[in-house]
Amino acid sequence: MKLKKILPQAITLLVVILIFGFFTMNAQLNMENRGIDFGYGFLSQESSFDVQFSLIEYSGSDSYARAYLVGLLNTLLVSILGIILCTILGVIVGIARLSPNYLIRTTAAWYVEFFRNIPLLLQIFFWYYAALRALPLPQDAEAIFGASYLTIKGFYTPSLIWENLDVFIYSVVAAIIVIIFVRIQAKKLRENVGKHLPVLNISIAILFVLPLLTFLFGGVNVGYETPELKQLAKTSFKFEGGLSIPPELLSLVIALSLYTATFVAECVRAGIQGVGKGQREAASSIGLNRKQVLNLIIMPQALRIIIPPTTNQYLNLTKNSSLAAAIAYPDLVLVFAGTALMQTGKAIEIVSITMLTYLTLSLSISFFMNWYNAKIAIVEK
Amino acid sequence: MGTLNLLRPSKDNLQNNLYLGSFLVGISILDVFLNSFLKLNITSYLPSIISIVLPFLLGMFGFHLMRIEFSGIKNLDRLNKNINTNNFNAALTLLIIFLIIKAIPPVMSWMILDANISGDSKDACTGSGACWTYIKVWFKRFMYGMYPNEHIWRVNLAFIFLVVLAFVGFVTPQKYRNLLTLYYVVIYPIIAFILIYYLISGGEFGLEWVETGAWGGLSLTFIVSFFSLIFCFPLGMALALGRRTELPIVKYVSVGFIEFWRGVPLITVLFMSSVMFPMFLPEDFFMDKLVRVIIAISLFEAAYVAEVIRGGLQALPRGQYDAAKSLGMGYWKMHIFVILPQALKLVIPGMANTFLALVKDTPLIFVVGLAELAGMLQMAKTNPKWLGYAMEGYVFAAIIFWIICYAMSKYSYNLELKYKTDR
Repeated sequence: MKLKKILPQAITLLVVILIFGFFTMNAQLNMENRGIDFGYGFLSQESSFDVQFSLIEYSGSDSYARAYLVGLLNTLLVSILGIILCTILGVIVGIARLSPNYLIRTTAAWYVEFFRNIPLLLQIFFWYYAALRALPLPQDAEAIFGASYLTIKGFYTPSLIWENLDVFIYSVVAAIIVIIFVRIQAKKLRENVGKHLPVLNISIAILFVLPLLTFLFGGVNVGYETPELKQLAKTSFKFEGGLSIPPELLSLVIALSLYTATFVAECVRAGIQGVGKGQREAASSIGLNRKQVLNLIIMPQALRIIIPPTTNQYLNLTKNSSLAAAIAYPDLVLVFAGTALMQTGKAIEIVSITMLTYLTLSLSISFFMNWYNAKIAIVEK
Repeated sequence: MGTLNLLRPSKDNLQNNLYLGSFLVGISILDVFLNSFLKLNITSYLPSIISIVLPFLLGMFGFHLMRIEFSGIKNLDRLNKNINTNNFNAALTLLIIFLIIKAIPPVMSWMILDANISGDSKDACTGSGACWTYIKVWFKRFMYGMYPNEHIWRVNLAFIFLVVLAFVGFVTPQKYRNLLTLYYVVIYPIIAFILIYYLISGGEFGLEWVETGAWGGLSLTFIVSFFSLIFCFPLGMALALGRRTELPIVKYVSVGFIEFWRGVPLITVLFMSSVMFPMFLPEDFFMDKLVRVIIAISLFEAAYVAEVIRGGLQALPRGQYDAAKSLGMGYWKMHIFVILPQALKLVIPGMANTFLALVKDTPLIFVVGLAELAGMLQMAKTNPKWLGYAMEGYVFAAIIFWIICYAMSKYSYNLELKYKTDR
C-alpha cells in the first residue's frame, strides 16, 4: 500500500529532475562552447535601438531595462483599450442575441459566428495590410468633426494640454473616495431605516462637481492642440501636433476587440440565460418593475456566471496582444524578445523574462478573480 | 368606425392601418433599394438631409401603424412579434434592413461583378473589383507552400490515406469496436507519422527528399494541427488526472505545468522553441524546426485540454467514484471504465473549443519562419509582380479558415447531441 503511493511520486520527481538537469547541463555546455555568459547585467547596458511608439520618454541611449518598460507599457495599453472596447461591444452583442427581434438576433449570431471562426492573426493582418491601407493619404484626408483625421499613417485627433494636471487627478481620486463613502452610508441608511437615496445621481454629481471646482480654484486649465498638415516635400505630407495613434495600434485594437467581443458576447448570453426563469417571474410577482427586476434580481445573479469566463477572455486578450509582433507594433514581445534579443543574443534570459512577465500578469489576474469569485459566491448551506 | 385614427392603431381600423402601414414600409424600403442598386434617388427634389432620413421616418411610421396586437391575421401577428414589438425594435429592424440593402451592391460588385479571374498575370486584372487571378496563380503555393510542384501528388496522397484511415471507425464490425480507442490513440498516429515521414518528407523508396522548410500553405496547417491535436490529448488527460490525485508531488508538478503553459502567450512559447530550446539540447543533436514547433504547440494546448477534462471530472457526482470503488475497482480500472467515458462525454464542447483554438493558433508558426496559409499570404503580397492584392488574399484565407472552423464547431455540436445521455 505504501509503495503504491510512493512509487509514482518518486518516478515523477525523478523524471522532472532528470529533464531539468539534462537541460541545465546542456545549456551550460553550449554557452561555454559559444562563449556566452549567463546573467542579467545586460539590462543596465545602453540599448542603442529606437522604438517607433512609446508612452514614456525613450531614446537609443536608454538602458535595456527601459526598453523593456516601454514594451510592457505598450502591451498594457493595447490590452486595456482592447478590454474596454470588447466589453462594450460584447455586452451589446450578447444582449442583442437574446433580443425578441428576429433580425437583430440573427445579425448578432452571425457576427459571433463570423469573427470567432477566423484566426486572430489573419484578422490583424487584414486590418493592418488591407483595410487600413485603403485609407487616404494625409493630404487627401477629410476632417472628422472638423479636427480629426483618419489617414493611412494613423489617426490624428486634437490633444488636450493641461495645466496643473496633478491637481485634477487628485480631485478625481478624491471624488471616487467620496463616492465610495456615500455608497457605504447609503447602504447603511437603506438597511437600517429603509430610506432610498438616489445614489447614482449623487455619484455622478460628485464626479462632475469636484473636478470642475479645481478649474475655478485649483488653477487647472485645459487647452487643446489640433493636428496641422505639414508639407515635407513636394508630394509628402504629414500631420504634426495633436494626438496621433499609429495604424499598428489602431488595427491591433480593432482586431483584438472584434475577436474577443464574440467570446464576451457568448459569456454574457450564457449568463443571462443561466438565471432561472422562476427568478424573473418571482420578482415580477412581488411587484418589482422591469428595471428593478433587471437591476436587483437578474444582473446580480447573471454577473456571477458572466464574470469568471469573461476574465478568462480578458486574459486571453492580453496574451493575444503579443501578436502585435506580427505587424511591428512595439509591444513587449517585439521590443524585448525581438529587437533586444537580436542585439544581445541572451536567448535564455530574455525569453525567460518575457514569459515570466506574462505569467505574472495572468497569475495575478487569476488570483484576484479567484478572490472575487469566492467573495460573490452564493453561500450555500 | 372606419375612420383612420393614425396615432392609435387598433383592431377597429385594421384594414386601413395595415394597408397604409405596409405601403409606407414598402415605399421606404423601395427608396433605399433604388438608391443603392440603381443609383436612383426618387426623393432628390427634397433637401438632402430630408432625402436621407425620409425612408427611415416613413418606415418607422409604417411600422407604427402596423403594430396591432391580436389582429387575427397570423402573418401580421408573427411579423409584429418578431421584428416590430416596439418603436426601438422597429428602428433597429429598419436600420438592419437598410444596412443589408446598402451593403449588397458594393460587396457583390467587388467580389463577383467587377472581379477578374481570367489570365495568369497582373495585367489581366482590369476591373475595379477583386483580382481572383492572383488567388488562381498562387493557389498551389497557398495550399502546398514551396513544396516542389512535381511532388505535390505525394502530399495529396498522404492526406487521402489519412482521411480514409480516419473513417475506419465507421465501418468496423461490432466485434472489434472496443479496439477502436487503441487504434485512434496509438496505431493511427503512428501510421500517420510514417505516412508523412516517408511520403511527404521522402528520402527513401526513390522519393526525393523535401526538407520541412519547403512545406507550407494549408497542408502545413493541417499537419501541424493534426499532430499537435493527437499529442496534446493524451498528455492533457494525464495532466488532468495528475491534478486530481492525492499524491502531492504528482499533483503539484501537474498544477505547475498547467499554470505555466496557460499563463504565457503561444508566441513566446514558439520563440522559446526556436531560440531557447536549442540551447537546452546537446550540441550535436539536431531537431527539425517543424518537430520543435509541434512539440511546443502540443505542450501548450495540453494545458488547456487538461483544464477542460478536469472540468468534466469535477462535474461527475461522487457517487460514481464510490460505486466504482465499492465494486473493487482499482484506480486505473475505475478511471478507464467508469469515470473517463462519462467525463469525456461531458467535455465534448469544451474539447471542440480547444481544438478550434489550436487550429486558429497554427498561423502563429510564422514567427519561427514556417509559412502556412497566413504566412504564404504575407510572402505572396510582397512579391513585386503582385503588389496591391492583400485584400483578395486575406478574404480567400478567411473564407477557408471560416469553413474549417465552422464545420468543426457544427460537427462537435452533432457529437454532443449524439452522445448526450440523461443522468
